[in-house]
Amino acid sequence: MSLTVLALSLVALALAVPTLAERLSAARRRRAKEAKRPERSVFADPGRERRAEHRARELLRSCVNDEEWSMYRDLGFIRVRGSTPGYAYLIYPHKPVVAYMPESGRLLNEYCVEFPDMTGAIAGSRLPDSDDVLAKWMALTGDERRLIRTANMHLPGRQVDPGRVRRDLWRLAQWERSRSSARS
Amino acid sequence: MKFLRMRPGHGEVLLTEGDPDVREDEERLVEEFRRQLDEGMWAAVPTHAPGSGRRQAVMIHEYGEIPSGADRVIFFPRASGG
Repeated sequence: MSLTVLALSLVALALAVPTLAERLSAARRRRAKEAKRPERSVFADPGRERRAEHRARELLRSCVNDEEWSMYRDLGFIRVRGSTPGYAYLIYPHKPVVAYMPESGRLLNEYCVEFPDMTGAIAGSRLPDSDDVLAKWMALTGDERRLIRTANMHLPGRQVDPGRVRRDLWRLAQWERSRSSARS
Repeated sequence: MKFLRMRPGHGEVLLTEGDPDVREDEERLVEEFRRQLDEGMWAAVPTHAPGSGRRQAVMIHEYGEIPSGADRVIFFPRASGG
């Protein structure tokens, strides 16, 4: 009887070993993966980005005029007229500034520009969307030439789909029409 | 007058504030202004374009260029080609 129990125990043990080994190995892999994972970033708090964007939107709203704010709120970009007549820019968050001719709708260039904060621990993360738009707006309206000189210029279509820009220009025209008819 | 700075992942933060007509405040503002530019920030004051509803920014390169009556200066990271 005791021999039978011993034999059964040995069989059970032999069957359990691969399973235990597999579990141990899986746990080791999991620990190694967790060790490789970078430390939780600045955005450990899930609401932080949302609050940052909320603050940035309020700041943007307080700087631009009513038309530009409404444009951003409704369409997601701001049109800024250039210092040269017949020349304008579309400012998108975290995308190149697109230059175009308002009369013809012809797309001219993409100006790739970013605002990296290289100080301290925040290097590597980026501005909230609305801060990026405001930085471009301030740099364009404050010193258009310097911004254009600083940016990398490309033909349309490198980063922003020209079809999307044309749709946005059409949406902008519709939006302006509906605003002016609402006023009259 | 307030000095605000855009912070990645945070939105703007208040760096300092003070009355430029009060000497102690002004010294603090000048010092902070220089520190921000040394850290590679650009500074701008949002304003109204004269004679229109248009708004624009004035880029500020040194403390003395801040328009009188400006209620805030916004510091933001220097642009670079993306």
